[in-house]
Amino acid sequence: MIGFLSLLRRDLRLVWRRPGDVGVVLAFFVVAVVLFPLGIGPETNVLTRIAAGVLWCAALFAALLSLERLFAADYEDGTLDLLLLAPWPLELAALAKCGAHWIVTGLPLSLLAPLLGVAFGLEPESLFILFVTLLVGTPALSLTGGLAAALTLGARKSGALLALLALPLCVPTLIFGAGAVEALAMGEGIVTHVAILAALALVALATMPWAIAAALRQAGE
Amino acid sequence: MASPLLEVTDLACRRGSRPVFDRLSFGLGGGELLALTGRNGSGKTTLLRALAGLVRPDAGTIRWQGEDVAGDPDTWRGRLAWLGHLDGLKGDLTVAENLETAERLRGGDAARLDSALVAFDLGPLAARPVRTLSAGQRRRTALARVVLAAAPLWLLDEPLNALDAPAQAAFRSALQKHLEGGGLAIAATHAALGVVGRTLELAA
Repeated sequence: MIGFLSLLRRDLRLVWRRPGDVGVVLAFFVVAVVLFPLGIGPETNVLTRIAAGVLWCAALFAALLSLERLFAADYEDGTLDLLLLAPWPLELAALAKCGAHWIVTGLPLSLLAPLLGVAFGLEPESLFILFVTLLVGTPALSLTGGLAAALTLGARKSGALLALLALPLCVPTLIFGAGAVEALAMGEGIVTHVAILAALALVALATMPWAIAAALRQAGE
Repeated sequence: MASPLLEVTDLACRRGSRPVFDRLSFGLGGGELLALTGRNGSGKTTLLRALAGLVRPDAGTIRWQGEDVAGDPDTWRGRLAWLGHLDGLKGDLTVAENLETAERLRGGDAARLDSALVAFDLGPLAARPVRTLSAGQRRRTALARVVLAAAPLWLLDEPLNALDAPAQAAFRSALQKHLEGGGLAIAATHAALGVVGRTLELAA
């Protein structure tokens, strides 16, 4: 547990020392989202309808953007060996790294998205649901993306490969995340959507650390 | 004679289809140093990584106090202090933060941080971010991490890389102290370590 917490703290501290890295990701999110109203024009009906999908897709891309460095930095400076050699399960280390990634991307993205949703003319209720679905859904993105990041360690063009691997795996999360806001607009219940999102996140939580650890061990050989 | 603390029997490793080494056996007792020599590509680093459990050997066993280390890898890793050919330091963290974090990742409490810093004359650099240091200063920091770990077995890959004469002397005295305290060390090296020990030459 000491190891888990100190790794989490280390990664957060590293981000704190270079706030620009996270800043770029959040700026990308904002710019990408804002492009849609500019490109489509000020038709509120259309914008409101696509808002949730656009925000979710942009959040997914932004999360992927920052995932490339998740393990690559440790791989390049040799600290990955120290994690592999730590006398506690590597699965916990994988979880700590994904957890740190979620705190610095998933969490701020969830907070930012409702603010941007205003530009799309979303109702306050929809904005709140958007926040909730992102909050529940983004941990799954950090975890599945973490697996893609671990699998592409040391590969050339790892960024593109990572996106190719991670995006299909994130489709269920995307569908139910964006679907929840849609369902609300249709006057349907959203409990099912949020429950499925939570289930997806829990499945990722229960499986991904093991898969990531296996991929990291392979990269260490 | 008592059996050695570390016993390696018939260890074999392949890289792809190419055998790196085959049927390698040696034993190492408390206070002993084993220097691994051999040409570039003779498998020194692979042997160190196999001993640490980073590379899975194709055959053979590694025993510590008679027990196969593959049976309890967590405990085995806790007995190791590792110095790879990469320093394993975070450029954005200071020297002291790097050492402290590395030790906490091993589950330790970094209580002897100051003495490890002093051993490699890192006191004046403790608050400097590692990215501002020279290669030799980084190597010293990585060596201080090994000393701080207080592990019985040191696995060192080219420990003298980039070190100047005073730093080499500091390393020698730290290694000597580790061996006198009953520790073991295995070091892949090109240059003479300057500490009495056995040598294992790997054929290319």
